[in-house]
Amino acid sequence: MSPSPEPGSDDTVAAPGIERAVALGLTRDEYALVCDELGGREPNEVELAMFSLLWSEHCAYKHSKKLLRTLPTEGPAVVMGPGENAGAVDVGGGWAVAFKVESHNHPSAVEPFQGAATGVGGILRDIFALGARPIAVLDSLRFGEPTSERSRYLLDRAVAGIGHYGNSIGVPTVGGEVVFEAPYETNCLVNAMALGLARTEDMIRSAAAGVGNVLVLFGASTGRDGIGGASVLASAELDAADESKRPSVQVGDPFEESKLLECSLELLSAGLLVALQDLGAAGLTSAASEMASKGDVGLDLDVGLVPLREADMEPFEIMVSESQERMLCVCEPDKVDAVLALCEKWEVNGTAIGEVTATGRFRVLRDGEVVGDMPVSGLVDDAPLYDLAPERPVAGGGSLYPAPVALPGLPDDVHGVLVALLSSPNLASRRPLFEQYDSIVQSRTVRRPEEADAAVLWLREMGDGAPAIATSIDGNGRRVAADPYWGTVGNVLECAANLACVGARPLGTTNNLNFANPEKPHVAWQLTEAVRGLGDACRALDAPIVGGNVSLYNEGAAGPIYPTPVVGMVGVLADPERAGRLGFARDGDAVAFVGWDATAALAASELAKLRGEPLPDGLAPIDIAGVRIVLEAVRDAVAAGELSSAHDIAEGGPIVALAECCLAGGRGAALDLGDTDDVWAALFGEASGAFVVSGPREALHRLGERVAVEVVGTVGGDGLELAIGSLRERWTLHELRAASGALAPLFP
Amino acid sequence: MKLGVVTFPGTCDDADARIAAGMVAEAVPLWHRDADLRGVDGIIVPGGFSYGDYLRAGAIARFSPVMESVVAFARDGGPVLGICNGFQILCEAGLLPGALLPNTGLRFVCRQVDLVVQTTATPFTSTCTVGQVLSIPAKHTTGRYFGEVAPEQVVLRYAHGHNFNGSQDDIAGVVNAAGNVMGLMPHPEHAVETLTGGSADGLALFEGMTRVAVA
Repeated sequence: MSPSPEPGSDDTVAAPGIERAVALGLTRDEYALVCDELGGREPNEVELAMFSLLWSEHCAYKHSKKLLRTLPTEGPAVVMGPGENAGAVDVGGGWAVAFKVESHNHPSAVEPFQGAATGVGGILRDIFALGARPIAVLDSLRFGEPTSERSRYLLDRAVAGIGHYGNSIGVPTVGGEVVFEAPYETNCLVNAMALGLARTEDMIRSAAAGVGNVLVLFGASTGRDGIGGASVLASAELDAADESKRPSVQVGDPFEESKLLECSLELLSAGLLVALQDLGAAGLTSAASEMASKGDVGLDLDVGLVPLREADMEPFEIMVSESQERMLCVCEPDKVDAVLALCEKWEVNGTAIGEVTATGRFRVLRDGEVVGDMPVSGLVDDAPLYDLAPERPVAGGGSLYPAPVALPGLPDDVHGVLVALLSSPNLASRRPLFEQYDSIVQSRTVRRPEEADAAVLWLREMGDGAPAIATSIDGNGRRVAADPYWGTVGNVLECAANLACVGARPLGTTNNLNFANPEKPHVAWQLTEAVRGLGDACRALDAPIVGGNVSLYNEGAAGPIYPTPVVGMVGVLADPERAGRLGFARDGDAVAFVGWDATAALAASELAKLRGEPLPDGLAPIDIAGVRIVLEAVRDAVAAGELSSAHDIAEGGPIVALAECCLAGGRGAALDLGDTDDVWAALFGEASGAFVVSGPREALHRLGERVAVEVVGTVGGDGLELAIGSLRERWTLHELRAASGALAPLFP
Repeated sequence: MKLGVVTFPGTCDDADARIAAGMVAEAVPLWHRDADLRGVDGIIVPGGFSYGDYLRAGAIARFSPVMESVVAFARDGGPVLGICNGFQILCEAGLLPGALLPNTGLRFVCRQVDLVVQTTATPFTSTCTVGQVLSIPAKHTTGRYFGEVAPEQVVLRYAHGHNFNGSQDDIAGVVNAAGNVMGLMPHPEHAVETLTGGSADGLALFEGMTRVAVA
């Protein structure tokens, strides 16, 4: 490359200056630090654009990195931990499962279809950037109450966007959750999790290495979509001018990604690549500088070689564009032709755009002229990290939020309350949503949605005796709002309970921390407590955190969202044929509670929400070690094929769980719960580590030798019959099914 | 006995179709740019979103080199099975009567459906009985059958209450007049083993295909 004038010298355009930097999201202090990184001069347009993105909260984790360092990340099954495109765990036989969850909250609040679609596209690229073939998608969604027209619109379009992308690319969407709460009204949450399967020895990292090696950009051409997405959209609160941010949302093309996926995997299997990285937030800037940083090398990158959609794009626009469906790889010079030939086979653009250098500098050129020159370490590693200033609200966590609005006309009898709960948006059947997703492509889905508490995927590529994995994603924000520590512990235990119900042993965890503005002391307290709970629970379960994402500034004019740490877990089960089901399966089976005791409380429960009760100040502590013992006992019983069904007691309490077992199995049950002091808590209270199981009496007896098992009835009939104290109730299956179908009108 | 499975850019269910074909024959991958059919005895055009389904589902794929060979193979009497997007492509290619329109609900729907066998006078259903019910998943946005088709060419209908896409006369699958080319919207390749398919009812169609291929 020819020598050129130093950027920022008199020969080039004047620096945009500090006010422009502030508009791009940097603070004045951070601007001074950027100038220091550049040896005392002010950044030019290209450099400022790149620093403002890489030093954004979204890319640099400025407010969370110190907390995240406290999380457990190591364990015998961990193949790849935090820091790579995704985490990965060993599933035996030389194979690994890669997985990660990411948020696309603000883009989805602004343009739900494309925001959600590109959220799926982005997390899939993270998976195949490791060399893993994507095998499943799950999603975790939060909206305001569906009584709101805006929430219904966001829900409808986000679900359509997820389906559009996942269905078109041939990766099954196998599970997830959707929760409706008023604090998400202006700031919805769209988190997508993806899993992939790879031979461990074939997995590739993202570190650029080898001076003289060539950078090849392949996939879609680069346009003006998504300029500033990471800094403008993802790292600031939403405001009334959201509409004006539509140009910051990227547009997805799953067909392009389908070709990109196959091309990437074939490039890797042909042994042509040194490193591979997807282009996500902050586009080429982030992908290239992270590859350089991890490889401890420099890069020369010529934006004049980047294929463009619009010919007149400025260098800074090319560097920060978040155009979707692009990958960046590093290969040896003599392999460039073979790389480009495979790109041609899959009909994707492939272009050599730069090379690896020994300088430790990221130099951006345009047609040979240097238009930006920055130290790689300064861009990637030197963003300032901030200490949080957590402060517990004097009146407790729940005091930060208004009480939920009570359900008008909520019945005051047990019969009517169960019907109201089953038809409430948070508990009604998700069938109208998940039927819009292809859950079966790839012929590995052993348990489809609503068949079990966790999705079960057969790893048929592993050959004879191939195991299955189970996966679930969970995150109750209301309980975390009431108590960030115990609420988060509960989310982890809920996820692990779902795995136990299908007979799976947890291998690793991913998480998406969705919080409001961490510069506010109460939010900082929520975040600090939640991370502490996440770490403690994952340590106690030996389910280390192998990757994750942080989404901050989730608040709008109406206030902050519920703090929502979403937990995704992956576990393994040796015999897919024995994967558990949630529905009652055989008339005459005994029904039992496992790990259920009378300490369950109504505070922060779904019933409390329908009643309009304010959030409590704190939740009851959980005996995490005790819950682990129950989880393991249930898991072992399921994996041994002892039980006919297993379902965890979660939102709505035991009677809702029982009704769900009836509905999923198409069978009734007759139950006698004995005497109780508090019928409401006994039927609708919520606690961690409790299950409804069914099976032969001898099997339940054997389970009772390990943990507390209370036989409460028998499967059979066409209704749910309940005796508790002096109360006698009966619901027909038809009545329960009608209640549970309440979401159908949202998708006419 | 070889069954070819065509892959276009954007095809999703080709691996699934190869698994199903592999249960009754040797599965042979066929690539869209390659007109060589590699000596196969039958051809499956699988589901997915060929060329992104841009323009119209199946409209671009029909012009690919492999499809010229598939059309010639079908005209010579070779058995061809089009599933979902493959059905759309065979209609676009003029091998099957009618067309597939957007579902009446305009949404993608993935659901296990019951299909009723209408005739066994086709190779594909030759191992079935008339009136037999097959439980097979369907998943599509553009699956509403519409067209002029002779009654004897209707091979499968949705059982009562299972026609979610609004297909004319509950038609789920049709054959050409010669009986050697069949298209259906539901996915028999996703119903070949109980572990992942919910049923193995779909296997019958592939088995039937091999019988005619032998003859």
